[in-house]
Amino acid sequence: MRTVQLKFFARLREQIGIAEIAIPADQAPNLDKLMNWLQTQHPQWSDALQQPLTRAVNEEVVNGNIDLKPGDQVALFPPVTGG
Amino acid sequence: MANETMRVIRVQAEAFNIQQEYDALCAGNRNDGAVVFFVGRVRDMNNDEAVTSLHLEHYPGMTEKTLASIAQRAAQRWPLSRIRVVHRYGDLYPADDIVFVGVSSPHRQAAFDGASFIMDHLKTEATFWKKEKGPKGSHWVESRDSDQQRLARWQDD
Repeated sequence: MRTVQLKFFARLREQIGIAEIAIPADQAPNLDKLMNWLQTQHPQWSDALQQPLTRAVNEEVVNGNIDLKPGDQVALFPPVTGG
Repeated sequence: MANETMRVIRVQAEAFNIQQEYDALCAGNRNDGAVVFFVGRVRDMNNDEAVTSLHLEHYPGMTEKTLASIAQRAAQRWPLSRIRVVHRYGDLYPADDIVFVGVSSPHRQAAFDGASFIMDHLKTEATFWKKEKGPKGSHWVESRDSDQQRLARWQDD
């Protein structure tokens, strides 16, 4: 099956309870649709997904909506706190 | 300027040796008169709470890419001959070193500014997350607005 891989990190990963999930690519043609699919399929994650999150696609931070293709790696994470 | 810069980026669990990192900035380097390095360490207190250990999570792949991008931007902006960034992940304890950022340059001000620029951007871009553990349990560290505000210093006029 053609999928988009979605990864969660740090506090968000703990809240959601899993580190990653594969989403059917036809359900995630772009980032906004992917988020909608998440909310619909996993309403229990709604609260966690409401917090300020950074979105990355293929290890690059993205602002706004962008198109996705099968095999893309999407990540959602809270603000970073390294250093 | 940037493509002449020797850049080394490492993300690792094990401790680093500051002398070795400094030596690597200087070895065979006769044209730089300035080395600036910064070391970030684990404190035993944060926001008036005792810290007994620190867990650092990161996003393998993206972390290295982001640090390389920050080093690249610094090298484009200042005459930095060498840049070394080493950041640890995993379980760390008070007084452990977390991060090393070192640069060498012919000029003092470029070295200070370059190191400071890298550190400020690392704080707000590099995909690390800290979880502090203490007597009262553990919690994820909140990002600070002050770190975001510091970036304004580097905005081009």
